[in-house]
Amino acid sequence: MKFEFAELPYAYDALEPHIDKQTMEIHHTKHHKAYFEKFTAALNDSEYADKSIEEIFANISKAPAVIRNNGGGYYNHNLFWHCMSPNGGGNPTGRLAEAINQKFGSLDEFKTKFNEAASNRFGSGWAWLCVKSDKSLSICSSANQDNPLMDVADCMGTPVMGLDVWEHAYYLKYQNRRPDYIGAFWNVVDWKSIGERYERLISQ
Amino acid sequence: MNLKLMLSASLLMAAFTAFSQSETKEKKPRVKPTRSQSTSASDRVNQRDRPHPLKPARFISEWMTPSSELKFNNLPYAYNALEPVIDSKTVEIHYDKHHRGYYNNFMAAVKGTELEKMPISRIFANISSHSSAVRNNAGGFFNHVLYWQNLSPDGGGEPSGELGKAINSTFGDFKTFSEKFSEAGKSRFGSGWAWLAIDLNTGELFITSTANQDNPLMNTAERRGIPILALDVWEHAYYLNYQNKRADYITAFWKKVNWPDVEAKYNGYKDMREEMKK
Repeated sequence: MKFEFAELPYAYDALEPHIDKQTMEIHHTKHHKAYFEKFTAALNDSEYADKSIEEIFANISKAPAVIRNNGGGYYNHNLFWHCMSPNGGGNPTGRLAEAINQKFGSLDEFKTKFNEAASNRFGSGWAWLCVKSDKSLSICSSANQDNPLMDVADCMGTPVMGLDVWEHAYYLKYQNRRPDYIGAFWNVVDWKSIGERYERLISQ
Repeated sequence: MNLKLMLSASLLMAAFTAFSQSETKEKKPRVKPTRSQSTSASDRVNQRDRPHPLKPARFISEWMTPSSELKFNNLPYAYNALEPVIDSKTVEIHYDKHHRGYYNNFMAAVKGTELEKMPISRIFANISSHSSAVRNNAGGFFNHVLYWQNLSPDGGGEPSGELGKAINSTFGDFKTFSEKFSEAGKSRFGSGWAWLAIDLNTGELFITSTANQDNPLMNTAERRGIPILALDVWEHAYYLNYQNKRADYITAFWKKVNWPDVEAKYNGYKDMREEMKK
């Protein structure tokens, strides 16, 4: 399977002041790109070369660390960029809004739980909003570049929203204040894109 | 507690010497270090880090310190003293926010529990039975104490004495050692630490790395040992100055390694392995 390293769907400074230009640029052109390059290099001539990334993740416990770490890093950042937008913020609408209210009580309660997952992840990792196999929503977090599609994950599901809480995602602007970064994320969160992913998944 | 166990813990707690200047209120046994090498290495540290001398007597008072009485003490140098290897802002935030946060959270985690009276080495030796709050913050507090002591504005060069010999006999030569140690730091994925440690079973030096705020004293470690050289590879240790270039931070790190401190730790801990397993 051929994987590509895509441009961001917006300019590096488009999320200012919530996420600064330098962070976005280094995050995309250095961190994300390195994951992509190491992942595709590891795939070459390997037994994984013809597999989809979902297939690889579903059996990641048997894969070498270079595939797990870099495949995760490649996929997770692709999703992350599409969870934010210069026109983000506000509230979800449609079926996603209904599902969030039904599962968590309200958007505020959902945010509180998601913030906790992101704040409490010790070390490097991600917080996720997932659709489980029974189509219900679930919040969880994972270490390093793991994600809920991997068979090693504590909570399994398909992520529709991911928040990177590696220090590289926020350190230049927020340093040790991870909660401030998490708070700022809600100002740029792209509910439209997240809602579309959700609707696709529950329609399958 | 028997005398031997007390002495071993005292040597371990030398890691806290530079940070622990508080007067000990309890009556402490006054035991002189049994090893002359330890004394001479400590004296060399004295000369280099004058504000916080590694006096052997401190070994004794500190090892008795119940966890709840550990102090968060000053850095042994100014925030800008490690420039340009580690920039002033990074040292300040790292020490005053991250390290202090671990200390405060550790104190909160042990408060009102049986761990209040337990030396931190014993907490590590049974870390698998404690909460993640204890594990993460005890580790975060201890590891950073080591890290700051292992660095010096006058650092760099190569180790000498017993440690120099042990490094050569274990790894071949200093260059090979430093390359392997650097590789351990580079290849630790995510947040964590690289270590030079004394194997608890064999007494051999070994290089390892651990995730997050774990360390080789913890009974969860792949290979257990007494750490004598610590390299923090959490992104917060280098991101402001080096961003994604962790390898550059590691290369620069060697210019500030406080070898007399590492030697003093080696000389002080190398015969204390049995006690540290408990």
